[in-house]
Amino acid sequence: MNWIYDPWPWYIAGPLISFTMFILLYAGKQFGMSSNLRTLCSASGADKAADFFKFNWKKERWNLTVMLGAIIGGFIASQYLSNNTVEVAPDVITKLNVYGIKSAGEAYLPTELFSLEALSSPKNIAILLIGGFLVGFGARYAGGCTSGHAISGLSNLQLPSLIAVIGFFAGGLLMVHFIFPLIFT
Amino acid sequence: MKTLVYLVIGTFFGILMYKSEAASWFRIFEMFEFGAFHMYGIIGTALILGILGVQLIKRFNIKAIGGQEMQLKSKNKSIARYAIGGVLFGLGWALAGVCPGPMYVLAGAGYVSIFVVIFGALLGTFVYGLLKHKLPH
Repeated sequence: MNWIYDPWPWYIAGPLISFTMFILLYAGKQFGMSSNLRTLCSASGADKAADFFKFNWKKERWNLTVMLGAIIGGFIASQYLSNNTVEVAPDVITKLNVYGIKSAGEAYLPTELFSLEALSSPKNIAILLIGGFLVGFGARYAGGCTSGHAISGLSNLQLPSLIAVIGFFAGGLLMVHFIFPLIFT
Repeated sequence: MKTLVYLVIGTFFGILMYKSEAASWFRIFEMFEFGAFHMYGIIGTALILGILGVQLIKRFNIKAIGGQEMQLKSKNKSIARYAIGGVLFGLGWALAGVCPGPMYVLAGAGYVSIFVVIFGALLGTFVYGLLKHKLPH
């Protein structure tokens, strides 16, 4: 029964992601996860602060339901379907060790950043907070995230999505190759 | 009934994100280090099948449930917002190691620290809403 804990290979996961997109298209909806962040802001009263949040957020409840499902899915997968370790490439592990991240190959997320103990370090809180901020700000500025642009938009051959996805990768490469050496020393 | 369908789709997606390890910080780092094919394989196959499927939908004019049009609208033309917003998103994606879908998945998986990331993402969305009119689009 060990196979049940094994990660899914890319040739299973990729097709299942496009399956998710098509199911939502068939339901008359669009696959996009970051719009939930805007909906949550509006539902919490942000419409009083900016026009951007004045929209009928109740029409987006279907997407909040998908989000709730994703939370449940994360619980089920981590509790019953995974041994919660990720086997990354050996030279990537070497590189992470240089950065002081020794949990590679033994955890699902780096314990140096995501464990409860790590939350006592202001630097780690800043990393998580700034990372999240950039994701939220950037996704709305670009009008979508990995699901909305890289999957939905590119599948529909949208040039704006191609520009956005090139931006995603440019930003990611910049962070990992130029900013990580400054943060993790 | 409809709510249940969306809940099932979301649960399926959540399991998929976790089991494919697309929700792992390590896999995102590995991708930007070009350390393995895994993430490229996931995005690549999703994309190839996505493009083929969307072409079929358009060619045969396939409708969504109830005969309504599929949500395949063209995105507004611009360069600045996609380029600048995209780069900012990418910086955050690599730093926090998550994009918006996996955030929720990791919350369900019990990683308390992810709530700091989610709070940051909500804050970023809120600040964008405040500054929207002052930013080049």
